[in-house]
Amino acid sequence: MSSQESVSVKESSQRPIMVEVENLSKSFGQLKAVEGVSFEIKEGEIFGFLGPNGAGKSTTINMLTTLLKPSGGTAEIAGIDIHKHPNEVRRNVGVVPQEYTADEDLTGLQNIILCGDLYGIPRSNSKPHAQELLKLVELEDAANRKVSTYSGGMRRRLELACGLINYPRLLFLDEPTLGLDVQTRAAVWGYIRMLKEEYHMTLFLTTHYLEEADSLCDRIAIIDHGHIVKIGTPAELKENVGGDVITIGVAEVEPDISGDIAKIPLVKDVKKNGNQYRIKAEIGEEASIQVIDTVRSKGLHVRTIALTKPTLDEAYLELTGRTLREEETNRQQMFSQRVTMMKARR
Amino acid sequence: MADKISTRSVTTTTQEKSVEEEERKLEREFRATPKLNKSPLHGLWALTNRDLVKWYKNPIQLIISLVQPVVWLGLFGKALNFGSFISSSVPPAQQQAVYLHFFGVTDYFSFLSAGMLSFIILFTAAFAGMSVVWDRRFGFMNKALSTPVGRGAIVTGKVLQSVIRSLIQAAIVLVIAILFGMNTSHLSVLTVAGSFSILFLMSFGLSSLFVMLALRSSDWQTQMAIINLLNLPLLFASNALLPVTIMPGWLQNVVRVNPVSYANDAVRQMLLGSTQQLAPLWADFSVLIGFAMVLGALGIVLSWKLLSK
Repeated sequence: MSSQESVSVKESSQRPIMVEVENLSKSFGQLKAVEGVSFEIKEGEIFGFLGPNGAGKSTTINMLTTLLKPSGGTAEIAGIDIHKHPNEVRRNVGVVPQEYTADEDLTGLQNIILCGDLYGIPRSNSKPHAQELLKLVELEDAANRKVSTYSGGMRRRLELACGLINYPRLLFLDEPTLGLDVQTRAAVWGYIRMLKEEYHMTLFLTTHYLEEADSLCDRIAIIDHGHIVKIGTPAELKENVGGDVITIGVAEVEPDISGDIAKIPLVKDVKKNGNQYRIKAEIGEEASIQVIDTVRSKGLHVRTIALTKPTLDEAYLELTGRTLREEETNRQQMFSQRVTMMKARR
Repeated sequence: MADKISTRSVTTTTQEKSVEEEERKLEREFRATPKLNKSPLHGLWALTNRDLVKWYKNPIQLIISLVQPVVWLGLFGKALNFGSFISSSVPPAQQQAVYLHFFGVTDYFSFLSAGMLSFIILFTAAFAGMSVVWDRRFGFMNKALSTPVGRGAIVTGKVLQSVIRSLIQAAIVLVIAILFGMNTSHLSVLTVAGSFSILFLMSFGLSSLFVMLALRSSDWQTQMAIINLLNLPLLFASNALLPVTIMPGWLQNVVRVNPVSYANDAVRQMLLGSTQQLAPLWADFSVLIGFAMVLGALGIVLSWKLLSK
């Protein structure tokens, strides 16, 4: 246990911290949207905020991208204080907002170059870079078409390219796959993984899709009602549910070895049903080997074994006491989400 | 798409791939340090131009916005035939004296034409705020705010695009008015340049005002209500349509605090050689310079406060 701890401390000290948030909060009048959120994101990590609509995900992102002024708390991005040097923060991060913000009347290329202009990137640099980015998101054929002719997936990819024009070290993605079909969603996930692996970028995304958080993120913070309920790797969050389930089938119905299996430190609970044992254990992969050893040491024969992992759904249920729900939000948010969905489905 | 990827992976060996990757990395790092323009005005022209491109790529919008002043000129201007109030037995010289007494010019159509220049400016400027509302609704405002572009540049860009559009429309209205029979005896490069510098100041002030009112709004209905609430009083409580001398005393006082009146007054003095004046030309210019500067500065100051919540 102690050796494990020292390893993790060593590892985290080796990887520099990209985002450090302490006790950040935001209230709109009476409504407390975010209440004292604290977390860290290490360089090169994909960090996800998972929670229902209205949980405070977008509010937190908007504070970190300097769109909203926090009511309290501090945050540093790449060592830059968001209160003191908002413009330096803006130069270092890229933002892919939830809405489709590209100008419909301009072409894809014009949109990216416009973004470059807003960052103050000279045209001599932004023009070739924009072409590169369009190639990266496979939009080079549509570069000179008006955005109003783009499909939802193309728009999402264009937003991604716009967010990369300033060579950000950290990219914020607010609900990157909202309203997209399964295929396009997989493509967007592919781009996100590529940015991490090939460009060593740090990514911070929000989502209310469990499978998205599960398959993409290195670490997840579950956020609900403005609080972070739990932070951990997807595996850690699932373990929190109460462990994996090992189902082992033994050739012999007698003798009952439940007591022996229960003595294994990782095992929490054993139930015998005929010649099958249903075992709840902490780290299923390790525990199952020990279970097999125990069975064999008693001179019995293993016939079948199955290991089922808890899903993030269950973890979420366990932590927040409910499944992800669609909550009513304010009118403007509803409108912008409707517009986003409408364009996405075009 | 799939075959493209597979053929590529077949033809490139791992060694080539790593070289290619290395090159790409170098190229990226080389480009990754562009010298950024950090002046507070960077991006101003990009933002202004964005709105202008949307405008001139859509000529229907321009044509529709010109219909209104043309209708006013053609119907209202020609219908208000003040000459018919005066008996035809009155000699022409005296008729002209009556016109000069009330309007400062010898015909109502010319008087109204000058008013129409400020009319089109007022109505174009009023909608400067609308594009702020739309940008907010469709998220472009948030995108711009998440970049290091100056908050003042966002507001000034909105004001500038409105100013440029309104001046171009005013120029078109002027040409139409001349074609319809406006008095051209005082027309010269100098008087036109003077008139348009006055119109520039008025447009800058009014556009700043309407952009300012829209800074916090994401609701276009409210914005429309504000436009209607301000536009018509600003138009009717000015000397754009009728001379101030025929108005009751209380209304005259209102007209005298309305900056639109001073713009009309200056344009009529320069473009038409009007003999009636609200204030001397230097006073007209002073009022409008003050108006444009105060509202322009206020817009920038408010943008620092209001654009981020």
